[in-house]
Amino acid sequence: MWINAFLLALREIRRHLMRSFLTVLGIVIGVAAVVTMVTLGNGATVMVSERISNLGSNLLVMRPGQRLGAGSERAGSHTFTVQDAEALQEQIFGLKAVAPAVSRPITLVADNKNWSSSVVGTTNDYLITGNWTLADGRAFSTDELQSGRSVCVIGETVRRELFGAINPVGDRLRVRNFDCQIIGLLATKGQGGLGLDQDDRVLMPLLTAQRRLTGSNNVDTILMSVSDVDNTRQIIDDIEGLMRERRNLAQNVDNNFSVMDTRQIAETLSGTVRTLTGLLGAVAAVSLLVGGIGIMNIMLVSVTERTREIGVRMAIGALEREVLLQFLIEAVVLSALGGVAGIILAFAACYGVTALMGMPFLFDPMVNLLAFLFSAAIGVIFGFAPARRAARLDPIDALRHE
Amino acid sequence: MSPSPNTQPVAPKQPKQPAQPLIELRGVTKTYGEGAMAFDALKGIDLTIEAGEFVAIMGPSGSGKSTAMNLLGCLDSPTKGQYVLQGVHVEQLTRQQRALLRRHALGFVFQGFNLLSRTTAQENVELPLLYRGEPAAVRREKAKQALASVGLAGWETHTSAELSGGQQQRVAIARGIVTHPLVLLADEPTGNLDSSRSQEIMGLLTTLNQTRQITVIMVTHEPDMAAYADRVITFVDGQVIQAAEQSTLGSGGVGSVRRTPCG
Repeated sequence: MWINAFLLALREIRRHLMRSFLTVLGIVIGVAAVVTMVTLGNGATVMVSERISNLGSNLLVMRPGQRLGAGSERAGSHTFTVQDAEALQEQIFGLKAVAPAVSRPITLVADNKNWSSSVVGTTNDYLITGNWTLADGRAFSTDELQSGRSVCVIGETVRRELFGAINPVGDRLRVRNFDCQIIGLLATKGQGGLGLDQDDRVLMPLLTAQRRLTGSNNVDTILMSVSDVDNTRQIIDDIEGLMRERRNLAQNVDNNFSVMDTRQIAETLSGTVRTLTGLLGAVAAVSLLVGGIGIMNIMLVSVTERTREIGVRMAIGALEREVLLQFLIEAVVLSALGGVAGIILAFAACYGVTALMGMPFLFDPMVNLLAFLFSAAIGVIFGFAPARRAARLDPIDALRHE
Repeated sequence: MSPSPNTQPVAPKQPKQPAQPLIELRGVTKTYGEGAMAFDALKGIDLTIEAGEFVAIMGPSGSGKSTAMNLLGCLDSPTKGQYVLQGVHVEQLTRQQRALLRRHALGFVFQGFNLLSRTTAQENVELPLLYRGEPAAVRREKAKQALASVGLAGWETHTSAELSGGQQQRVAIARGIVTHPLVLLADEPTGNLDSSRSQEIMGLLTTLNQTRQITVIMVTHEPDMAAYADRVITFVDGQVIQAAEQSTLGSGGVGSVRRTPCG
């Protein structure tokens, strides 16, 4: 009985390819949408948190002005000085490292190649705050820092673009209008948060950059690494208090600088991404529902159409349960086919997108299973219920059905 | 797959017992609706059909002939009375047992052919065998033979849409006889066909009746077609008014069937 019902079901599917295709299509699209959205959303959440923690552990970033983003502040207004950094280092308890930094986009030249990169003038503390390690060579010596020597440590991207396969440590690099000796190579970190290439940078002593590139004693940014994470809030308060004091800000005047906590940013951002994932998932769920309604429609119409066929089968001597089994198998085969095709399609889409965006591909079996079961349930219920109604009819009535 | 043996009325099991007719209706009543709306489609019918007969059932619309046909075909069961098919009391059977009886003892031919669409002649004819659980090789062979016996050898792979009306009805007949049923029930088999196709189909039914001893019961409203039968049973107003014997093959007597209402 099972084999026969299976045979009959497959024959019917083959015979009505268009109808079967449309039924399957609804499921395919619904399942693919849900699985893709959720998989990509999960990947994005993980990517964002990973990359932000990659920026540096427990990193505080102090910038001039109030705004978080770029824009509003004129260059040079309320900038910091090396003395600010030193004061922070000495007076704030709980800071592991304090790195004053200036940064400029500069075209670099080596041999006959050139490459535009970001040149950062800073101290060795920059390596601590940014979680950097050296792949080769060494960091700056005290003498190099204090006298502003022309030495630099370059990132992996700069090395690749300018030197190819050669180890550049010891070579010279032309930075705008002066030559720099390469003394070290940063270990690669890969793409950073928001798609920036973290390896695309050159470090040099702060004094060198100030003298040769910016032409002032200003410091754009002060990066700080917190040693005691639980006290971050208190430390930020201390920093703000110290800076207000150093700038003689009156009680009623707002800070003209800001301190950001990367951990906080990470949490905010991944929270946002999670919300977006939820939203996309909801949209996708609607498409699954619409797909489900499509299935209902096709199944209902086709079973109504097929009432006569059911009558013929029963007149010929098919039992009610044989007819039902056939329809059930048809519905299950189509729904399962659609579910599997949807998941495969989603995998292909996720694979492509994650590869393109450098996101991790997180397989969530629960979501796959749920989407699959939902579509299968719709297919089976709406394929089976009308068939049951038809099979309960008297064969005569079913035969007369128009 | 075999809850069937107990209900299977196999023909060769019973040697010729002239005492027992193949089909016997005793006081059969069929009522549709209930209470004040109740309507008697059949009002206590007695009818006997012997094995090997070719019987035509005639009568105006609403006379109960279709109801009688559905009862004879075990598609429906009587409200009152007895229906004995080769010793089996059909009125006592459940829905499922009647389905099994149809599967094993009856063949159907419908006015509208009722072939499965987009399905080849071969697969249509194989269908009853499939429900009987015959293996694929046997199905293929028997269906081929049945198609050949209705003159459709070589048309096995054509779907219904590729066949003419007459050919479709012949496929339907092949489907009806492929199981070697005791009784072939034909409900207006020529109703959708032109006259020359109708002659062909009637010739075919007659041949099957004579060479294979298949009992044929046919509903028709065309006297020309009824003339092919051994006997014409006329229904009027839920009752049998006449069971006229006629000599075989149109020699006589459509005219001899009188249509006087029973008083």
